[in-house]
Amino acid sequence: MEVERRSLREKQVDARAMLRGDLEGEDLERYVEERVVTTTFEKVQNWARSNSIFPLTFGLACCAIEAPISIVTARYDLARFGAEALRASPRQADLIILSGRVSIKMAPVVRRLYDQMLEPKWVMAMGACSSSAGMFANYAVVQGADKFMPVDMYVPGCPPRPEAVLYGFTKLQRQIQGNPDQGWRQRYDAYGTEEWARGGPRSEPTPEAAEAYREARELTLA
Amino acid sequence: MTEQVVERDREIMTVNVGPHHPATHGVLRLVVDLEGERVRELRPVIGYVHTGIEKSCEDKSYWKVIPFVERMDYVSYFFQMEAYCGAVERLIDLEIPPRAKYLRTIFLELNRIHSHLVWLGTTALDLGAISMLWYCFRERDKILDLFEMATGQRMHTRYFQVGGVIEDIPLGFEAKCRRFAEEMPIRVGQYEALLDRNEVFLQRTKGVGAVSRERLLELGVSGPLLRAAGEPWDLRKAFDYLAYPEVDFKIPVGTVGDNYDRYRVRVAEMVESSRIVSQCLDALPDGPFIADDRKYVLPPRSELSTSMESLIHHFKLVTEGYRVDPGEVYYSIESPRGELGCFVLADGSAKPARVHFRDPSFVNLQAFRDMAVDTYVADMIASLGMLDPILGGVDR
Amino acid sequence: MPDAPGLELIRGEIERDCPSAVLATSFDRSQAALIVDPEKVLDVLRWLKEQPGQRYDFLSSLHAADYLPAEPRFAVHYELINRDRVERVRVKAMLADPGNEELPEIDSCVDLFPTAEAQEREVFDFFGIVFRGHPNLTRILLPDDYVGWPQRRDFPVGGEPVTFTYSERRYD
Repeated sequence: MEVERRSLREKQVDARAMLRGDLEGEDLERYVEERVVTTTFEKVQNWARSNSIFPLTFGLACCAIEAPISIVTARYDLARFGAEALRASPRQADLIILSGRVSIKMAPVVRRLYDQMLEPKWVMAMGACSSSAGMFANYAVVQGADKFMPVDMYVPGCPPRPEAVLYGFTKLQRQIQGNPDQGWRQRYDAYGTEEWARGGPRSEPTPEAAEAYREARELTLA
Repeated sequence: MTEQVVERDREIMTVNVGPHHPATHGVLRLVVDLEGERVRELRPVIGYVHTGIEKSCEDKSYWKVIPFVERMDYVSYFFQMEAYCGAVERLIDLEIPPRAKYLRTIFLELNRIHSHLVWLGTTALDLGAISMLWYCFRERDKILDLFEMATGQRMHTRYFQVGGVIEDIPLGFEAKCRRFAEEMPIRVGQYEALLDRNEVFLQRTKGVGAVSRERLLELGVSGPLLRAAGEPWDLRKAFDYLAYPEVDFKIPVGTVGDNYDRYRVRVAEMVESSRIVSQCLDALPDGPFIADDRKYVLPPRSELSTSMESLIHHFKLVTEGYRVDPGEVYYSIESPRGELGCFVLADGSAKPARVHFRDPSFVNLQAFRDMAVDTYVADMIASLGMLDPILGGVDR
Repeated sequence: MPDAPGLELIRGEIERDCPSAVLATSFDRSQAALIVDPEKVLDVLRWLKEQPGQRYDFLSSLHAADYLPAEPRFAVHYELINRDRVERVRVKAMLADPGNEELPEIDSCVDLFPTAEAQEREVFDFFGIVFRGHPNLTRILLPDDYVGWPQRRDFPVGGEPVTFTYSERRYD
């Protein structure tokens, strides 16, 4: 269909008329065809989530200088992807970047931080250490953070360049938009693990919640 | 009635800070006893990034240990390499060529600037001067560009080898490095202009966290913390190593030993370091960049296709490594945080029997109690920033 | 560093004040070391710290090493600096393994050098060497409930073997 080009001013007048309910008949049809895209609610939700990620200000070791600090500074600037607002509290954060090696002493703390984050939440294992323990095959390091928590994205490198982290970040955005969890949560049985303050719901999901989660996921995948 | 009020004033509340806390610069946990807003007792709990590097080193041949030790104190990786390579060179009695000495000095001093920039950016951020982070990391990226140009990696470069450095600097490095060294003092002046008239910064650093020189010496503290208290103790001057005896530089020393002095000393060190870099570039001698002892040093790649002997040496070095006669060496250098010592014990095999690092952050952290007790809890955060511990080095 | 004759002089002077405290000296790779009786290590350290004209008053590092299979097995090293003469000397106390899961013991030097507090805890943590008189001898880097002394030579490095396609465990 031929769409004639109109000035911004005319479009604004039309929009105002539609909101008032003045636009009717063929004018309204044309307006809707021009201006409105229909989609599912889940897709819009995921699109919004992917572009407003709040990472946790959390550093473990070497990678901490590259990932939470360096990527927000001027040269790399995570703000371009809508994620410059680092949150110091896990309860306000969506994304935890495991930037460094996870020792046996730190693993319970990391897991607790993950549990304190509210759904939806994502985990990025940055660097070789948190992905697979890298070179540190010894008594003190957990051999890969995915041993005790679900990981959505692995960024290789020792440490990865900030560009690599940004690439992993855009990959994560795509994953959130398309296929939010790739089945990791099911495999680890790790949904509904949020830790609540006193009086909140118990930490394991009710059967209904698990069912609702499964349905929502299938809808998103469809 | 009055008694009750007194009682309430004396109430002690124990607060846990960390291990996940944005102001602890890593995974340090502090158990703090507060009386109102005053810190009355303080116990650092460490070990949350204990990586077992010293144990892993016992399982690797000598030249494979280098990447491990770099990952201890992850901000000053060149210093870790120098401490370890220097210790092994003393074990096998290997003299490094003069060009390697100068190149090592250049990279060490660039790394010192880098380390102080990371410190300045994050500490000023804790004190509310957020723009410092952006300025400091701009210069830090320039240093990392230099590292990348010469070594191929931004961090953890594995550039130093036993016997010298792994590769000569590329074309254009010298000019770029010289430009940086000329520019850096100007940048430092700009930082000072931002911070030295910042009333909030001054109020929060001047007269806060002062510890006397005698106490610091008792606690084994070294580096800028000790120099800020007025003790001119710098291993670069005290023990001659690398090219330091041949360059002219000063040791900045503070007077009071409070947080402001610590800041001044480190900022002045950045200027001195860029002077050292300039001088080393001027005096950079020609010649080989790595020692010529085929028993310990890999032969150049070009020889492998022509010389059978080189091929054998290469094979021996890469598969088994070299054996070191039994003995032990403690070698220490001045890292950005103080005395960084490396103890290597050789038992005659191709693997070290023990590699121990005396990390300055680990020892300096003991002074934190003296710095923070009886100050406000906000000043405790400022003191921790000025202490500049790198938790990877503390825990190893 | 004191040179080899200087080290012998120091040894002779210590011998006068605390007899039979120094068992041997070693001067290897231009590093001077006094090997002392572990029961008298505090006397030697105090002498080196307080004797006029010596003043090795800065303990730069305290660490341990495991010399397995040699006997005695453990050694605690004290790296001392004299900051006036810019000299280092290493004091080395060799400790035998008592066996039967008992831990070797040595006197703590925290009163003499407060800096040793964390470093002695670290040695205890990794080697299981007990420092008598230490104010708070607990694990410092490893979790409190950890079992074993990981830096000993007979402790396995640990970790996992790397799996490749041919050695991977199959999940059904």
